Amino acid sequence: MISADTQGLRLATRYAVLVLIALIFVFPLVFMVMSSLKPDQQLLQDSGSLRAFLPVGDISLDNYAAAFQRAPVWTFVFNSVLITGVTVVLSLVVCSAAGFAFVFVRWKGRETLLAILLATLILPFETIAIPLLLMAANLPWLGLDGISWGWMNSYRIQIVPFIADGLTVFLFVQYFKDLPGELIEAARVEGASWAQIYRKVVMPLSGPILATAAILKFLVMYNQYLWPLMVTQEEGYRPVMVGLQYFFQLNVAWGEVMAYLSLITVPVLAFYLYLQKSFIASIASTGVKG
Amino acid sequence: MARIQLKDLRKSYGNAHVIKGVDIDIEDGEFCVFVGPSGCGKSTLLRMIAGLEDITSGSLTIAERRVNDLPPAQRGVAMVFQSYAIFPHMTVRENVAFGLTIAGASKAEKAAKVAEAARILQMEHLLDRRPSQLSGGQRQRVAIGRAIVRQPKVFLFDEPLSNLDAALRMDMRMEIGKLHKALGATMIYVTHDQVEAMTLADKIVVLKDGQVMQIGTPMELYQNPANLFVAGFLGAPSMNFLKVTVQAVNGNTALVSNAALDPVEVSTRSASFKAGDAAILGLRPQYLSIAEAPGRLQGTVALTERLGAETMVEVKLKDDSSLIAALPQDVVFPVGAQVAFDFAADKAHLFAAP
Ligand SMILES: Nc1ncnc2c1ncn2[C@@H]1O[C@H](COP(=O)(O)OP(=O)(O)OP(=O)(O)O)[C@@H](O)[C@H]1O
Ligand SMILES: [Mg+2]
Repeated sequence: MISADTQGLRLATRYAVLVLIALIFVFPLVFMVMSSLKPDQQLLQDSGSLRAFLPVGDISLDNYAAAFQRAPVWTFVFNSVLITGVTVVLSLVVCSAAGFAFVFVRWKGRETLLAILLATLILPFETIAIPLLLMAANLPWLGLDGISWGWMNSYRIQIVPFIADGLTVFLFVQYFKDLPGELIEAARVEGASWAQIYRKVVMPLSGPILATAAILKFLVMYNQYLWPLMVTQEEGYRPVMVGLQYFFQLNVAWGEVMAYLSLITVPVLAFYLYLQKSFIASIASTGVKG
Repeated sequence: MARIQLKDLRKSYGNAHVIKGVDIDIEDGEFCVFVGPSGCGKSTLLRMIAGLEDITSGSLTIAERRVNDLPPAQRGVAMVFQSYAIFPHMTVRENVAFGLTIAGASKAEKAAKVAEAARILQMEHLLDRRPSQLSGGQRQRVAIGRAIVRQPKVFLFDEPLSNLDAALRMDMRMEIGKLHKALGATMIYVTHDQVEAMTLADKIVVLKDGQVMQIGTPMELYQNPANLFVAGFLGAPSMNFLKVTVQAVNGNTALVSNAALDPVEVSTRSASFKAGDAAILGLRPQYLSIAEAPGRLQGTVALTERLGAETMVEVKLKDDSSLIAALPQDVVFPVGAQVAFDFAADKAHLFAAP
């Protein structure tokens, strides 16, 4: 038997540990935001003490003003949000549809194709970057003013190669395998087409995996650096991580770096909060267990 | 009309032959039950009829139309699954209306048909609930509701009651029986519960290892089992099997006996025997009665179980085999008592020894 006291103690310990873990994650963020408000000299002085986490001393938004001076911050943020958003949405549609076809539809060669797809998981992106670049440089595109060649310096070059990937398909495949097969069979007997089964039965039950896949894809896309650096020479198409370079030229202005980082972190936090809400809602509404 | 014919139907998974040539003819409006031990291929056969499983060879016709290669949706069948398979993210109303929604029915039509189905299944008050808020029996009603709204000509049930407790199972069994009378549709029902089979079926198909053992009405199978398997499978407790030797054959009857059984003349039905053959004599526990000594069979009581309406007595016979008798409730024997039984010779079944 456990007395109320030991139970209280356990609870307190558990909360203490959780708070500690939360702090470990929050401190860098606090440090970043606080530093962005301080001039470089004070920032470097404070960084050795607890003052680094406090809004003390010479506080101002000067760093932000300077950051906007130095780089087209909003362009970078806009580009990243656009590229990331479009890729995440298309990726969820394409990869879930692929997973659906692999798990529920019987067709020749699907086992082999799935195996090949999974094999691509072990290829690091760097190995295919150069061939991909050579291909992209010569791809045709049907734009408003007719056919043009080469995809360099565009949004599409930063989006299309990342829509379908083995990992996301694999996540969906694993999740779909665990859905009760009789649900899909029941829908088939009731006359639903594959497209209807996908839309009306499988997708509504896939909230948790959609959220997971979206978060993973978001992180990958928002943090893209190497590929956009290779394929964009024009400032107008560059994403935030490439934009960070602008702050490391000649003399590094740490305050401005921190201001820039604070700004580009906002979309990430917004996305997390949004997903967290819909993630919980989706679990609550499906309530599969009974 | 929805007559269903299976001709030499076969199913293999690679080298595993699961259905080994099945011929069944199910009349329009008939209630046909597939029974058999676990793994005999009942579900596979049903799923082949539904179109959820490919047919390796043979032919399947529904309503005089060959449907081997048609997808499930075009076969005009509805199916109720053992796990209910109702959609957890939809309300009961949406679940029941699912097939209609898919078919593009109007709002008014859907409302009317769902209301009708809900009335038949007495679940009007559940329509706005979600599946997670329903009991097992209620979920099964929803699954049946979803099947009946489209008014299919054929219903397929795969052990629909096996997840329910005994009392509910009896209720639902009766409701399914009533439903069949009300709808007049052809129904195929898979179960391994012989009570369900006996009470619901117009026709029972007994399966074993992917083959048909016997097809007939419940009473035909009960009174006239074609082989040892069917004899042992139907009836509770199971038929007693005694190893006997044929002493003499006389037309359609044979004189048989063993160490514990005095010679008795029984019908050979269609099987043929000759004197000296080993054979199996089948005796249903219900057809045994207490005899004034000496009786045809003698033995010692090993166990008695009083079930209320009747008393089961397990008896050790002189040749060390044992036998179960179902006796009236007021008959009580102490363990070790000597008993003697009689039976009507025309109720005994003689089978060739395996
Ligand atoms: N995909 C498969 N691959 C290989 N063998 C299979 C497959 N599916 C089923 N089987 C085999 O087919 C046989 C029949 O299975 P089925 O599910 O039809 O049995 P059942 O009569 O419905 O049994 P139960 O009463 O336990 O439901 C079993 O021996 C099973 O192992
Ligand atoms: Mg089964």
